[in-house]
Amino acid sequence: MNRNKIYTRTKAVVIPVFLCAMLLVISSCNTDETQTVTNFTKLVMSDEFDTEGAPNSTMWTFDIGRGPNNDGWGNQELQYYTNRTENVKVENGFLLITAQEESFEGASYTSARLKTEGLFEQQYGRFEARIRLPYGKGLWPAFWLLGNDCDTNIWPQCGEIDIMEYLGDSPTVVFGSAHGPGYSAGEAETKEYALENDRFDTGFHIFGIEWGPNYINYYVDDVLYNQITPEDVSGEWVFDHPFYIIMNVAVGGSFPGSPNPETVFPQTMVVDYVRVYQQ
Amino acid sequence: MEASGRLEHMYTLTLENNTIKMKNIKQIKLKNLFLMLVFMTLIGCERELSGDAEFATFSKTGEIFIDAPVGLGSDFYFPFLGSKATAFSVDQDVAYESAASMRIDVPNANDPEGSFAGAIFRVEGSGRNLTEFDALTFWAKASQGVTIGEIGFGQDFGENKFQVTRTNVTLGTNWVKYIIPIPDPSKLTEERGMLWYAAGTQDTDGFGYTFWFDEVQFEKLGTIAQPQPAILNGVDVEQDAFIDIPIELSGLTQTFNGPSGENITVLAKPSYYEFTSTDIDVARANELGVVSVVGTGQATISATLGNVAAQGSLALNVKGTFDFAPMPPQRNANDVISVFSDAYTNVSVDYFNGFFAPFQTTLGGSPPLDVNGDAVINYTDLNFVGIGTFQDVPSINTTEMTHLHIDIKVNENIDAGDFITIQLLNAVGDNETSGEVRFEADTFTTDEWISLDIPLTDFGLADRSQIGLLFFVSDATISDIFVDNIYYYK
Repeated sequence: MNRNKIYTRTKAVVIPVFLCAMLLVISSCNTDETQTVTNFTKLVMSDEFDTEGAPNSTMWTFDIGRGPNNDGWGNQELQYYTNRTENVKVENGFLLITAQEESFEGASYTSARLKTEGLFEQQYGRFEARIRLPYGKGLWPAFWLLGNDCDTNIWPQCGEIDIMEYLGDSPTVVFGSAHGPGYSAGEAETKEYALENDRFDTGFHIFGIEWGPNYINYYVDDVLYNQITPEDVSGEWVFDHPFYIIMNVAVGGSFPGSPNPETVFPQTMVVDYVRVYQQ
Repeated sequence: MEASGRLEHMYTLTLENNTIKMKNIKQIKLKNLFLMLVFMTLIGCERELSGDAEFATFSKTGEIFIDAPVGLGSDFYFPFLGSKATAFSVDQDVAYESAASMRIDVPNANDPEGSFAGAIFRVEGSGRNLTEFDALTFWAKASQGVTIGEIGFGQDFGENKFQVTRTNVTLGTNWVKYIIPIPDPSKLTEERGMLWYAAGTQDTDGFGYTFWFDEVQFEKLGTIAQPQPAILNGVDVEQDAFIDIPIELSGLTQTFNGPSGENITVLAKPSYYEFTSTDIDVARANELGVVSVVGTGQATISATLGNVAAQGSLALNVKGTFDFAPMPPQRNANDVISVFSDAYTNVSVDYFNGFFAPFQTTLGGSPPLDVNGDAVINYTDLNFVGIGTFQDVPSINTTEMTHLHIDIKVNENIDAGDFITIQLLNAVGDNETSGEVRFEADTFTTDEWISLDIPLTDFGLADRSQIGLLFFVSDATISDIFVDNIYYYK
């Protein structure tokens, strides 16, 4: 999501009430049909955000400002990223990434973007985070991975795996994507996951991928909702090298659109933990 | 469907068990939740209900109209006074994914049987327990794109304590699902008002149209969240108040963010809120949103709804009891032309403050204060202000009258050089003439009503048959006054 994207969104399929009832009936009788969502169990990195104050500097670094070309990170995003406590801190066991409405360095909003670049990079594995998302038009939080060679292999050749993206004016929907050469930005391989009778801004949900040679599995909580393989993408498979983690809350820009008068600030993405496993 | 058959079965049991006394409400609620779970499992697994089950006193049915009215009884439709009583029918031809819908035929404005459509749907007998739902939902469409004035629930033609109104609901010609959130479901332990609506033809040039409701039910959506309650439309209001003169809180709303990201705001009755006062010896609000003023001093009324602090507050400054103007004497109707008095029948005016930009600073008078049913004008920041009777109302013919009476109370210290001039304009904008009478500082006493009875001849007007403006002018020497009982008499 660090480059200009034009998304085309597909409407979630409306499941008839009757079918839902059928599902309920079935699920209430069978207790052992639970989907196997994850297989990788060897924990290699985790941040439980148990130390108050700034995020652990041995694990997290920051992107500051409005992007290398000062253009809102290629998406005309409206925020200025800082590492101030107003925008990012650890409190009560949670990482808080907070978007504020304020004049700052010529921008109208501030927020934060954390990354593990140069600190934690890994090829393959299970990457997951437990997050409560903010809400409101213009909010665009994400939990994602970027190839560690983007300086030399210009994006999208270096690869991008979006574990979770979300728009604040669609509080029941997240989506996971993979970007590579020939399938980036609006052409990325992507799929939505919608909650039934719940929203992503009222409670915590686990967003994860399990990534191995030739596949990326996407899950939310205990539901595996997509698998992307080399057969699914219309270009070269570029996910066989180390990637690093990014977490951020963007405000406005060409994809989510600007906040409107109903958007309440500040808005905070609350992260309970980030964990990475190997097979 | 089998499931609905089972549901009916459960409600039958509910009624049979409604005499069971409840020891501990909290405990019972937990049990109910548990029972719901048991019940869902039972539907799936086809087992029998266990014998020791306990049930809630009131029906927890959410459905209001699916293919027919659900559990409303036989006598549930109560039209509003002045509305067309036959506006509602069940339409067997038009429906959303079902066999029938609720059809509302909004009459033409000149329909002799009623100029609009509007009614409540009230469940017959005991109310329902709606505490486990979070919204009233329905599908709706209309014969043309149209805005329905009001749709809601909680109106029972009784106390209407938990009435909710969603205003200006825009319907199109295709079926769309609408959501009316419950401001705080925990309050609806026994509600009879299932649905109400009022629809007119203000936006359709007086011509009628048809709209349909279907799949009308209370639901637990789980997708409405982020409540933002408000009182006084979210504004922090500061005002003077007077002992024994109650104030009714208005602008009570609850706003939720809906599943498609849009905010949904409804009007909520005061009983959904908990009100608090910073000093209950000065002012306090009851569950009907009426603030009683009981002592001198300062107090701020604020509110919560479902444990969320409401935006907006009312800060009151109470100096004492309200000092009303002297009561005018009884007069023969032919002997008085009243502009502003509760003692006489008033003529129509264009305004009590014709804010003349850019030089006028005067505030107040639009509208006058309502002090427990007694109208009083409070002009503040006074430099000059006019009461108009020349634009959309007849000008006043004072030829037969002899005097102009005005009661004025100055609410501030009076300095030498202060004055108030009363000016009359005849035939405004058309061979206009004017005359004035000036009252010096020694006419007035701080915080006391002064009655002026001004001979009309003092204004020196050759013609006073078309009085169109009455001005108060102080040039800001006096800035805060009460005015009452403005009338011409003989």
